[in-house]
Formats: sequence, C-alpha cells, structure tokens
Amino acid sequence: MQEFEPRIVAFLCNWCTYTGADLAGTSRLQYPPNIRIVRLMCTGAVDTIYVLKALIEGADGVLIGGCHPGDCHYQTGNYKARRRITILKKILNRFGYDEDRIWLRWISASEGKLFADTTAQMVEELKDKGPNPIKQLWMV
Amino acid sequence: MSKDMNRDVLVIGGGIAGMQSALLLAEKDHRIYVLESAPAIGGFFPLLDRTFPTNSCGVCFMSPKPPAYCPIYESDFHENIELLTNCELKDLAGQAGNFEVSYVEKPRFVDIEKCDLCNRCVEVCPVEVDSELGAGIEKRKAIHLPFAQAIPRSYVIDETSCTKCGDCLKVCSPGAINLQDKSRERKLNVGAIVLGFGFEPFQGENKGEYGLGRYKNVVSSIQYERMMSFSSSTGGLPGRPSDGKRPKKVAFIQCVGSRDPSCGQGYCSSICCMYATKQAMVSKERDKELEAAIFYMDIRAMGKDYERYYERAKQEYGIRYLRSAISAVRELQRSKCLMFTYGLENGQLEEEEFDMVVLSLGFIPPARVKETAERLGVELNEYNFCLTDEFRPTETSVPGIYVAGAFREPRDIPETVVEASSAAADVSGLLDDFEQRAVEEEEFFEEKDIADEESLAIGVFICDNRGVLAQGLDIEEITRLFEQDPDIVCVEKVNITSLKKGADEIKNKIAEKELTRVVIAGHRGMALSKALRSVCKAVSTGSCLLDYANIGEQCANVHALDSPAATSKAKSLVQASLRKAKLAVPRRAGRKRVCSRVLVVGGGISGLSSGLSLAEQGMDVTLVEKSDKLGGIARTAYYTLKGSDIQALLRDMVSRVEAHPKIEVLKGSELKALEGTWGSYHSLISADGEEKEILHGAVIFATGGREALPDEYFFGKNENVLTQKSFERLLAGREEKAAKAKTVVMIQCVGSRDEKHPYCSRVCCGQAVKNALKLKELNPEADVYVLYRDMRTYGFYEKYYHEARGKGVIFVRYEPQARPEVSASSGTLRVSFFDSVVKERISLEADLLVLSSGIAPNEDNHRLAEIAGLELNADGFFAEANPKAAPLDSVDRGKYFCGLSHSPNHIGDAICQGKAAAARASALIWNAFQEYADNQAYVNERLCSGCGICVSACPYDARIIDEVSNKANVLEDLCKGCGTCVISCPNGASQQYDFERSTILDILDEVIG
Repeated sequence: MQEFEPRIVAFLCNWCTYTGADLAGTSRLQYPPNIRIVRLMCTGAVDTIYVLKALIEGADGVLIGGCHPGDCHYQTGNYKARRRITILKKILNRFGYDEDRIWLRWISASEGKLFADTTAQMVEELKDKGPNPIKQLWMV
Repeated sequence: MSKDMNRDVLVIGGGIAGMQSALLLAEKDHRIYVLESAPAIGGFFPLLDRTFPTNSCGVCFMSPKPPAYCPIYESDFHENIELLTNCELKDLAGQAGNFEVSYVEKPRFVDIEKCDLCNRCVEVCPVEVDSELGAGIEKRKAIHLPFAQAIPRSYVIDETSCTKCGDCLKVCSPGAINLQDKSRERKLNVGAIVLGFGFEPFQGENKGEYGLGRYKNVVSSIQYERMMSFSSSTGGLPGRPSDGKRPKKVAFIQCVGSRDPSCGQGYCSSICCMYATKQAMVSKERDKELEAAIFYMDIRAMGKDYERYYERAKQEYGIRYLRSAISAVRELQRSKCLMFTYGLENGQLEEEEFDMVVLSLGFIPPARVKETAERLGVELNEYNFCLTDEFRPTETSVPGIYVAGAFREPRDIPETVVEASSAAADVSGLLDDFEQRAVEEEEFFEEKDIADEESLAIGVFICDNRGVLAQGLDIEEITRLFEQDPDIVCVEKVNITSLKKGADEIKNKIAEKELTRVVIAGHRGMALSKALRSVCKAVSTGSCLLDYANIGEQCANVHALDSPAATSKAKSLVQASLRKAKLAVPRRAGRKRVCSRVLVVGGGISGLSSGLSLAEQGMDVTLVEKSDKLGGIARTAYYTLKGSDIQALLRDMVSRVEAHPKIEVLKGSELKALEGTWGSYHSLISADGEEKEILHGAVIFATGGREALPDEYFFGKNENVLTQKSFERLLAGREEKAAKAKTVVMIQCVGSRDEKHPYCSRVCCGQAVKNALKLKELNPEADVYVLYRDMRTYGFYEKYYHEARGKGVIFVRYEPQARPEVSASSGTLRVSFFDSVVKERISLEADLLVLSSGIAPNEDNHRLAEIAGLELNADGFFAEANPKAAPLDSVDRGKYFCGLSHSPNHIGDAICQGKAAAARASALIWNAFQEYADNQAYVNERLCSGCGICVSACPYDARIIDEVSNKANVLEDLCKGCGTCVISCPNGASQQYDFERSTILDILDEVIG
C-alpha cells in the first residue's frame, strides 16, 4: 500500500510567514510538497470557516502562520488569530476532533528555515495521525 | 536650494541608519545610491532576531509607508534606490550640492545576472572559514551567500580566503563564476552624502582575563546573539561550544571594552545593558530552567520604557543582577564550565560556577574609519567617532555631508532611526525646494470604465529566473491548464533575472493586449507586483487586479527532487491564482490630495527645530505656542554637560523662526480641536480669545515636558533644598548661594524609578555631573556628594563622570530600600546615608541639598491625546507606532511627536527628534497626492445591519456607522487593508478587495482539489 501523504492547507500572512516561505524557496531549503499556501494579508483575517472548509473538504491539517507577537503589521491581527484559533480548537476538541491538526505558528520573513522545518514536522506528525477522519466520513 | 544643485544623494553604509535615510529621501523623489562595503545590505540588523524592549523584531515598521516589508527588501524594491554593494569609497571632490564621488566596486567573482543560486559551488568549495554573521559561531565557504535574506541575493567569493582552486567553476552550469574578476573604479555625482558607517564590536580577546578565544564556553555577545536566532544552526537555542549541550547557568559580563580607559575605551557603549538583559530574557523564554546572571557596574536603562523592561527582567524573569567586579575567570578542566571569582561592593569575594559566559562587547568605530574620514575631509572626535556639534547633531564638519547612527556615538535602534531621519531632513534642507517640486496636476491615470467589463482579458506570465522554473517543473503541463480558458488572452514566458527588464516586458504586454487581469506564475511575484503597481494603474486594470503564485519559490526551488509532486502543487497554486484573478472585483486605486502646511504644536527646542527644518525645505508651517514666549523648558537651561551655551542657541533659533517668511507663529495659543485624517486636517486654534481654523496635512506634537517637583526632603520648606534646574540657574548666574556653598549633597532619582514614576528621566545623572563640575569650577574647595542608584552617563557623557570623580566629587550609591535621610532642625540640613563600601552610616551637614527630580510629562498631554486621537504610554508620554523602528510616528499616519512629549531627553536629542519628525512629515506631504493602501475593505450595504462589530474590530478607526443610513462605511484613507473586519462581520457585508470571504472559500476548492 502506498504511504499516506497528508495534505496541508496553509493560511499565511502576507508580510511575515508568506515572505518567510518565499525565503525558504530562494534559499532552496527542501521540504515535503504536501503543503498548499493561501496568502492572506493578516492572520487576523483567517476566518474559522476557512479552516473548517479546508478540513471538511480534504485537508489533513491546517497551518496558520503569522508575524511573531508584537510584530503584526496591523497592530494586533496575530493576537486576534491566536484567540480565534484557540477557541476553534477547544470547540473541535469538544466534538472529539483532534485539535492538533490545526497549527498556529509565528514565522517571520527571515525565518525561511523555520518555515521549512515546521512544514516537515507537521507532515511527519500528520503521517502518524493518519488521514483526517472528517474527510473519511464524507467519503463513506 | 540653488538650481545647479544635484538632487541625487549618496548614502554610505547600508545598515539601519543608511536604509532609513534612503527610504525617507526616496519618498521625495531623490535618486539614492546606497554604497555598502559588505556584499549585502543590512549591517548588523540581520544578526538580530529579537530587539529590546519588546522582545519582538519590529523593524518592518521603519518604512515611511506602513505596512511594509523588511527595510532590506523595501530598499531593494524602491524604484528610487540603487544599491551599490561590495563597493568602497575611493575619493571625493567638489562641495555641497555638487560632489563627485569615485568608488571601487570590488570583485564579486560571481555574475549576479547569471547565477541561479543552485548552491553546487558552495557544496564543492573546499575552503571553510568563520562566518562574519555571528562572529565565527558558524562556518561558511569561500564562496557563500552572506546570509539567508541577503540582498542582492547572490553568492560572492571572499578574495582573502579563496584559493582559486577552480572547483566551483566546474560545477557552475550557467557559467556565472569568473575567478579573473577585477575591481572596477566608478564615478558618481551627488548633491549630498549621508554617513551611516555604523560600528564594530570591541575585540573581546583584548580583555584576556575573561578568556574569550581561550576558553571554549566563553562567547561574545555577537556570537550569543546569533545562537539565539531562529535562523541560525542552533535553531534559537544556544548551546555550549564545547559540547553543544544547552547551558543551565549563563553569566553575562558587562562593559567589556566600554567604560574602560585601560584599553582605550573611555566611553559607555550605551546599549549593552539592554541587549544583555534582552539576551537573558529571551534565553529564559526559550528555556525556563535556565539561570541567568548579569555582572555589571551600573545598569543603564535610560531609554523610553527601558526601566520597566529592566524591572521585568528582575521581577518576572528572575534574572540576577550582580554589581561586582570580576577578578578572575577560570575554566574547569573536565566540565569546561567557568569558575568566577568576583568581588561584591562590600568587598566580599564570592565564587560561582557557570556553564557558559557571554561577554557584552562595547562598540568601536569601524576599521579604517580614519582613512575614510580623511578622504571625505570629515573630522573625527577623540574616540574616532564622527565629530559633530552638540546642537547640530547630524552635521559633520563638511557642509553637505551628514551623519547618522552609531558612527556618531554608540546608540540603539530607535535613536538611530531618529538620527537617520534627522540626517534626511538636513539633506532636504540643502537640496529640496518644495515650491519647485514636480507636481502632476492632471488626472494621474486614464481610466477605462472598469465597472462594466464584458469579458475578462487575462494575461498569464510565467516568470522564470535563470531557467530554474523549467528545471524543477513541467512547464508544458502547467500551460496546458490555460489552453481551454476563453478568458486568457495570452500566456507569456518572461525571464525575470533582471527584475526591471522583466517588469518592463510585462508592462508592454499589458498595454499591447489591453489586459484587465494579470497572473504572475513563477519567481519573485512579490517584487513584481510592487514593480507593476504603477503600470497596472496606468492601463486601468488597477494594481490589485494582479495576483501571483510563487511557484518558483514554493514549488520548483523547494521540491527539487520530486518534479511531479512539485508540478502538481504548482498547478493547483496557479489555478487558485487564476480563480482569484477572475473573481477580483474591479475598482480604482484611490488617492487623496495632500495639504502642504504642517502644524507644529509647541515652541520649545524640538518644535522650533521641526519648524525651521520644514521651512528650510520651503514648506508652510504654523507654529502654535501656549505661552507668550518661544523656547519652552530650555528658557531655564543655561549650559550643557559638554559646555555649550543653551541661551545663545535659543536666541538664534527663535530669531530665525520669527523672521522666517514660511513660518506663522501663534503665541499665547492653544490647540482646541483636530479633525480629519492624514493629508487633510483642520484644526481649531484659540489665539488671544479668538478662534482660528487651520488646514494642514500633518501635525507635529512638540508639547514638551516639565521639571518634576519633589514632594519630599523638605523641598519647598527649606530654602536650601533645590532642584537641579534651580541649582543650574544659581550656578549660571554665579550667585553666592551656590558659589559659596561648602558642602553640596545631590540625591538622584528623587521621584524617578520608584513606584509612582517607574521610568528613568535619563538626563538627571548628566545634570548632576554637569552641575557638580560647574560648582567645582567656581569653587574647587567645595565638597560635592552625589548619592545615586546607577550613574547613567551614557555614551560620551561617561568622560565627564570620570572627570568629576577625578576632581574629587564623591559618588555614593544607595539602595532604593535604604534611601538617604534628611533632617532639617534649626535651619541646618543634615543628610545621612549608608555607604556600602565603607559599610558605615555617614551623616553630614549640607549647605545645599540638590534633588534630581527628573522630567514629568505635561499634564496637558491627556487633553491633547484626547483631541488628537493619540495614545499615551503608562507614564503619560506619547506612545509611538513602534518603539523600535517608528519611534516618532503615531499609529495614525500624519501625526508625529518629538522632544520631551515623547520621552525625557537631552537637548541634542530633542533637536534631532524635531528634525526627524519634520523629515517624516515632509515625506508624507511632498507629493501633492498620496495613494491609499491596497486591498481596501468595502461594504455590501444591502447586507449590512449596522451592528458596528466591524467598527470595534478595525485597528485603525477606519470604520464608522453612517448615522442616516445606519450602514457601515469604510474611511478609505485610514483603511490599511488587513481584512480583520471581513471576518468580524456576521452578515458577510464586510469585504476586502481580492480577499473576499467567498473568494477565499472558492480558491480553497482549487487548493484542495
């Protein structure tokens, strides 16, 4: 049987993590191709609906990446994201859904390596978890 | 400005100071050349992962137009800035307004245009040397990329270590390496020059007793800083060089190469106390178990909010601060731990073992600075830093050459940003004439009626960089996606090795095919979208109808071993981008006319220098002063620590301001109301009982501060108890009361650094030393005692502290829990205090008791903050947009502050801040029109219920509820396009161009599918 390859959807803020992902590219750091990036201006604009839709429609994990605390280009967007994602995870947990499929990480524009490492680590952990069960149920 | 002056500017040094000056001047249509001797710009800044006092980075806020990318990228993107890296200055001729500069472009040995960054050359290079970034904690090859985010992004061969073996040549498929590369001499003509040479760390090995270079686990602060960086090989967790283990106990030794005349370093480097505190705090954040101890002489936390930071380090982080002298550091044979012997203040010797030791290195001027200064004709001071006049802090001895940052005096990032802005103001004063500037009055772009698009005309541009895209991806397969799409008018392959050429090619195609949508697929989408911004508007697509999928950086480059997977990922990203472009809602990029007048509130030193700086550039200024005299708190200041005459300065400034035809001075006036947004404010000023309305584009608050008056130590009750300021007045007038005093006791930090006023007033230590020296000058027999907590005579002020000690002024330290006691019975003042050196309580009779009571914010600040929508910090001073990189800007664009209303400061700093605020304001109003931010929010009124959630969600107050329609409105000039409101709206009425909720949900189909 072919090894399970998780799919990750990443919502990255324009200024820090998206630029950091670009830096990983220009530095030619290799990481698994299991991740697809959606650029948003700020993590403060990551709607929980986006995360849920990604998970329901087939992603095995969602990564939200933004500026480090204090570095948000729009004052407080990353703090808003932190609160929002914390609540989302708690709610999902209540439903018996594994909240660790959702990662919120602070990665700056100079941390290309951190982006590559985070992706690799997330792929590894999702491989251990196996396919996203919501998606499986849909397929029944 | 005279007409024959050249408006181009040369900035020497591409560090924080250089980038800041360049970015500000570039906004005013100057052509800027940034000359940098290193192969990439950035200076020391790429070393820093976190900065104090926030423990964040924050440097992106440096750009005058936030939100922005890192200043390294912004400098690279800016069309008016040209980077000349790996270049050395050779010679200078001419004078202010017309300099001829010759410089040498050192050989890179790698052709930037040809190199595809494949890294094979680095892999085969046999020469390994210490990497400059982090002072050798990591290794690099002779051919190397200076650091990950280096701009220009290209390898370089370091000539001194390269053996020219030629191995790299053999593997370089594009043939980018040329080992025969020679240096080239070039010439430039510029009107002004800004020097941002920066600093170098002191050679820690010169203080042999600490064992740097001998003991493995003794590292320099530069090395430790690199270890703390997430992007270093340690991943942000410092390890012991001897065994790589994480240290459990780390000691920081302060003043290594600072405040130490024995090694020729008589001055204080100003920032080491703070960076050591930061390093200790961040280390503890990363490893809770870690113990950190800082060995110091005085903690100099005199910057804005630094005292709180220091207190937090002690209280919350449990960092130990030990005031002591280290007498010996020994390495233990087996564990390679370090054994310290240190003497405490009371003479007791202690021994303690540490896993790792960090030496907090001071700053020295860069190597070969003497040579360079000679070529420029610029004079240096006794420490080989740039010599400047106290009252003209950013002017060198050569007219037309200005200085900023650590090359003038060791300083932190906010001060560097301020100074670099001030230097930019000086350049503007010399070269700019507001009235002669080019103004485009005509409608700035021709618009097609974009709202009624019948069909889309999409152009897809596949942007390859040196063939890398084609190597990693199946381009044919990707282009097949576009074949069936009727909306796609053209699919073009563009080589964007040269960004400019690539952008031009795309621009031409947009015009030729009349494209309404553009999708960039490939490399450097971010840079291209910036470069294409103006063009897209010119052909009416609107900048925002462009989307990019960085399938170069995010696919080809990073999944090189799995081309099919990379291609399939690229396909989904391109499809998402295409979908997004199709869904993009047409709109026009807005802009607004900017009113050119600047309102300066406050006529003290900083306000006067703001006003003069703006007027010299030809801008109209209205200066409002509450009292009936200009001068502010400086009217009661007489001389500085360095001996300059403050009253003479004030007379000169006041007369220049009052005579200047561009400055309208309103005395006895007050700001009553401020309405509007950046570029178009209208203010109500009450002047002599009348109200006056003023229209202006920017406002500078220079409302000053006041001397804090003590409420203890018999102040106001005994006539011999004075503040430093009144003592200064007596000394300046050589009045008997002061000149004849036999015993004078000064108490520092009265009302500062305590629970009520937890900040440091910064100036009092200097004031005490100044007045003590003055008294000694008038009466060498006088006994002067200074009772202090930490002497904060930072930078070159240290010299005077030293001098005062030499002249017999006695400095005695006290602890905050054992403050000096004063009694005043039968008219005599008796001061008693505990001297920890002699371990005895000392009591003496004082003729005069002088209290260093510090500076308090104006009580008026609260009213002004309310009127102008500004924030105050916890101490009542104006709060900045970012404490590191935008220290004088309010979060709202168009409002700036300077001088004592910002924080306690010496007079030279106030002048600098005044000019810097002027530079920032003038960058905003220089162009008659300023554009709004991209990706603005908009409201679908049909769905809006007027609930107001978006109003509270918006961080910029860019939302209001229209009272008549009860619908939310977006204030376009304030909206910065973050999208927070979009997801706060329960009805989906709030949307953001290009990032509509439905768009994101739609493109998720492509991404997942």
